[in-house]
Amino acid sequence: MKQRGRRWDFSPGKRGRTILYMSLGLLLALVVLGPVVWMFMTSIMRAVDLTAKPLKLIPETVTFERFRQVFLSDNGSDPAYVFRIALINSFIIAAAVTLLSLIVGSLGAYSFAHVRFRGKNGLMLTILFTYMLPPAALIIPLYRIYNRFGWLDKRGPLIILYLSFIVPFIIWVMQDFFGSISKSFEEAAQVDGATRLQTLFYIFMPIARPGAIATGILAFLMSWDEFFYSLIFTSSLSAKTMPVAIAEFNGKFTIDYGMISVAGILGSLIPVSITVIFQKYIVMGMTAGGVKE
Amino acid sequence: MKREEERYGYALITPSMIVVFGIIIIPIITTLVYSFVNIDPLSSHNGEFAGLGFYQKALTSSAFWEDLGRTLYFTVASTAIETAFGLMIALLLNEEFPGVRFLRSIVIIPWAIPTVVNGSLWKLMLNGEYGVINAILMRLHLIDAYQSWLGNPSTAMLCIIVADAWKMTPLAVIFFLAALQGIDQTRYEAARVDGAGAFRSFFAITLPAIKPTIMVIIVMRTVEKFKAFDIFYLMTRGGPANSTKTLMYDTYLQAFTNLNYSEAATLAYLIVLVVVLMTIIYIRMMKRGDER
Repeated sequence: MKQRGRRWDFSPGKRGRTILYMSLGLLLALVVLGPVVWMFMTSIMRAVDLTAKPLKLIPETVTFERFRQVFLSDNGSDPAYVFRIALINSFIIAAAVTLLSLIVGSLGAYSFAHVRFRGKNGLMLTILFTYMLPPAALIIPLYRIYNRFGWLDKRGPLIILYLSFIVPFIIWVMQDFFGSISKSFEEAAQVDGATRLQTLFYIFMPIARPGAIATGILAFLMSWDEFFYSLIFTSSLSAKTMPVAIAEFNGKFTIDYGMISVAGILGSLIPVSITVIFQKYIVMGMTAGGVKE
Repeated sequence: MKREEERYGYALITPSMIVVFGIIIIPIITTLVYSFVNIDPLSSHNGEFAGLGFYQKALTSSAFWEDLGRTLYFTVASTAIETAFGLMIALLLNEEFPGVRFLRSIVIIPWAIPTVVNGSLWKLMLNGEYGVINAILMRLHLIDAYQSWLGNPSTAMLCIIVADAWKMTPLAVIFFLAALQGIDQTRYEAARVDGAGAFRSFFAITLPAIKPTIMVIIVMRTVEKFKAFDIFYLMTRGGPANSTKTLMYDTYLQAFTNLNYSEAATLAYLIVLVVVLMTIIYIRMMKRGDER
């Protein structure tokens, strides 16, 4: 890492290279931010400007009316209203999934990392496999079971369904964090008379907290992003999530790109802010789960 | 003491096992049964044992092989693009130049955008009548008339690959950056003293050091791509003229549009077979990584 306030090397020998890097960097920034900026522009452009030919990249007048609608509309058939409820559903589901999966998953992860028991390797492989399992291999019987018990279109049963693939993910990543904590902590605590559960909660959990935050953020993002199960299992405002609402906007005969963009901006707000703010944690979580080095 | 240790271990994993297998175990077995017994509600053979009939039917139909071909095209092309661009971008961001810290913090943004939002964003930009991509290409005189990119069977899949690569390349960048920053810098200085140029040091030092990361990315992404569904549903729903109908999308169509449950279950298990194979490769690679 470089220090703050360092002056850049523009000496004759390096100047060409620095300029090349900066131009490539500019191109990269354009490709990365261009589509995001365009989504924002579309969300505030008037309908007439959106369908204008030739398209003006910078509109003369803008409107925030669509955003206002999303927050204030109380007309049950209004897409803006539907979207607000879907956002709230998504948030409740993602928050519940994150909390529950962290509690359940970190206990399991600790066990896999630090306790010796028979069948551990086999179970770990099964866990990894369930994480990679395509939902298509479960969906038909799951649908029939959920239908029989009257669990369709309800948030609670959807949360349970999400846990079935997010808990394996948490175990997979967290056992790596727990594994990197030395067992000598445990032995020292036991010499001092602490029970195993005490060592787990007062020694391991605090040390593993950065890992738990990283994993929790990824779990939240996974749940926020989930589409397939939600598409099949939800149909009304009582459980429909943000991605399903956006897919519906795209499927209608008259496609309102202004509204779709507003939905896109609002649907991305939470994950993008979390990712930019907690980038260090996220990188840590991702690389722990993927590369064991 | 040992019994106690085991009991403690099992107690801690029990909640996870209940949550995971409680949901998964019955459906995964039932799906397997569905692929051997005809349960299609509209079939006259409903309830009959079909043996390997559904597998035979799938593997001898041209639709299956066309689906597989498109799935492989999408999987291989987008994994290759993400890995290649991911590595190039990571190499750039690993250098020091004005603005690099800003770039390092924004490069992850596309990855954070939900898949469904990404799909509708690109659908909007690629729109054949008033899409911004058409407007820009026209202004640059790269096309003579607005193109219906997603409505044309020869460009639709390419559009999905681009949209998917835009979102997922940052993941590869993050992995590669982490790997590059782990390389001992003194090795590059030593190479420079020995007179090695940038290319020589890349092939002699960088590439061998990040090879495990490259392999992990390729396998990890291949599994994900093979199962991709969301972006296809959002952007093309398998069309136009089946040009974006993948195995996963066909499974969805069979199950929820055509109500051919048994055929869908068979396709699903064929996908599982591929995923299992890839998972085994992945684990082998991780194990080898650990031994080094």
